[in-house]
Amino acid sequence: MVMSMLDKADGHIFSGNVRLVHAVGMHARPAVKLTKLAKKFQAQISVRVEGAPDWINAKSVAKIMAMRAAHGSTIEIKASGSDAEAAVAALVNLIATDFPDEAS
Amino acid sequence: MQGSAAGLAYRGRTASIGFAHGPFVRVDVDTRDARVAGTLVEEALALRNAIDVASRQIADLAVIAGGEAAQILEFQVALLEDEDFLEEIFAAIGDGDAADVAWRSALDAQIADYDSAEDEYLKARSSDLADLRDRVINTLRGGEGEALTIPAGAVVCADDLPPSRFLEIDWTAGGGLALLRGSPTSHVAMLARARGIPMVVQLGAVPDVGATALLDGEGAILELDPGAEQVRLFEARRESHRKSRASARAILRRPTASWRGERIKLLINIQSVDDLAHADAQYADGIGLMRTEFLLGERGGVPDEETQFQAYDAVLRWAGQRPVTIRTFDAGGDKPVPGFTIDGEANPFLGVRGLRLCLARPDVFTVQLRALARAAVRGNLKVMFPMVTSADELEAGRKLFADIVQRLQAEGVAAMLPELGIMVEVPAAALAIATFKAAFFSIGSNDLAQYVLACDRSNGALAPLMDPLHPAVLELIARTADHGRRAGLSVSLCGDMASDPRCLPALLNCGLRELSVNASALAQIKQTIDRLSGGGGLG
Repeated sequence: MVMSMLDKADGHIFSGNVRLVHAVGMHARPAVKLTKLAKKFQAQISVRVEGAPDWINAKSVAKIMAMRAAHGSTIEIKASGSDAEAAVAALVNLIATDFPDEAS
Repeated sequence: MQGSAAGLAYRGRTASIGFAHGPFVRVDVDTRDARVAGTLVEEALALRNAIDVASRQIADLAVIAGGEAAQILEFQVALLEDEDFLEEIFAAIGDGDAADVAWRSALDAQIADYDSAEDEYLKARSSDLADLRDRVINTLRGGEGEALTIPAGAVVCADDLPPSRFLEIDWTAGGGLALLRGSPTSHVAMLARARGIPMVVQLGAVPDVGATALLDGEGAILELDPGAEQVRLFEARRESHRKSRASARAILRRPTASWRGERIKLLINIQSVDDLAHADAQYADGIGLMRTEFLLGERGGVPDEETQFQAYDAVLRWAGQRPVTIRTFDAGGDKPVPGFTIDGEANPFLGVRGLRLCLARPDVFTVQLRALARAAVRGNLKVMFPMVTSADELEAGRKLFADIVQRLQAEGVAAMLPELGIMVEVPAAALAIATFKAAFFSIGSNDLAQYVLACDRSNGALAPLMDPLHPAVLELIARTADHGRRAGLSVSLCGDMASDPRCLPALLNCGLRELSVNASALAQIKQTIDRLSGGGGLG
């Protein structure tokens, strides 16, 4: 179900797409896990629901919740900075594996 | 004050089963006076300090609470560490707002946003935010958020109660929670169920007066300043609950039921995931019948695919590897649904109901089948059609379902066709059972009996004739069970007969080895099978 693509674009921006498989969408617990993981990286990380106009700071739990990402939606992730590639891979993996407890 | 509340009873919705009899305590947060604002810098420092205090308090609570509660509190801590979120509040202080005003307006905006959400889970988050709002404001106004002083065993009544306040209350001596608003799916409700604290929500308006209260979590009733007779009846209900729980503990923990060396599978009937909060549900071998008609009644109209998917998925997640049999909409007959069932039928029990209605309304049926096809990949799902008369109806339903699965897969959505079975409740189906290419059968004994006996089951005047143990009814049950055994297909019975100990010997003698009962009857039925197996009577 994961459709992640890591491709090195110009300006060292890394990006990936992943489908949200969590049954109830991006709710409190997944949002907390996502922001906690994002904060472990130096990189500036942004996410959005595929096609949404605005990118959202992946380190802000309030904004992630406000995104209202529903079950089955595709989340786009982009990051820039020293550890951007690892950050995208980690977040894609977190979402694709349905926010397992050991990942937080 | 609104005078005496003596003897008044209020009905709400069950959030957690149990009984509490104790002092009535109204808890209303946010009673401190507004604070006097200082300079911009003082205000910013005051808020920073209050946030630090709140973070520490919540972290301490999380350590004490552990598990589920700790996860709930983590969301609050995450918000307090959200620099994007705080930045806007500090900007408002920079523009001249007092710390508490800036904090409150930011939190209120978030709360309003959550309250307006369609989704029950998101709505329930608004009380977490109100909790956080009040905690920080209390600190700003000079309080240290000291623990509420609640007498032991109290029935605590509030508009809504945030999770951290619930955790601050000492529940070791029992007590109960009565909420005027609130929701059975809120975090507080989960905590109350986990702790075995009775909880009733959505009580509406309850007066502030009252010295003592009775809270019946099973009947979802709050009684204020009860009279002697009310207390006597309440204590009787509590005692019978306690006894049934005690015997349930003893019986239910034993290994699977068996009768004359054969394993008897005991499953439960439910309407929604809320029913699984019953303490005995965990001992079931699975869900033998999940009714879905209740979904149609909520907020009017047919719920969308996502709402249905979530309702089914929640049950599948609870069940794990255990089987979950979901019955498609069984509307019509004595279950009219405005906008769906057909009005003015001369004889609705013999009318367009069950699968007949669903096949006539593919617009409604398609949404349910899409949700079920998606849920099928999430657990051990079986789907059954109600009120089936001929094999063609089953095949028409199967074709529709298979097309939907194909379409979903083409869209890239994970979906599969679950095992398909039928309810055996029309006598013609029971008599021609071998013509159905079903993966399993479930006998709906209530309707089967009414059709075989030609007795409208809603007509009280026919009660003496309406005997499910009539030989004709038993004959059809035995035929169905016999066919299942020879064809290697599972046959269960999910009607009221299965929950009635007096019917058990007949059902077992008919060859049934799978019964689906109400969770509250599980212990008694298991105990009865045990006695019958041991050669004893019904006791």
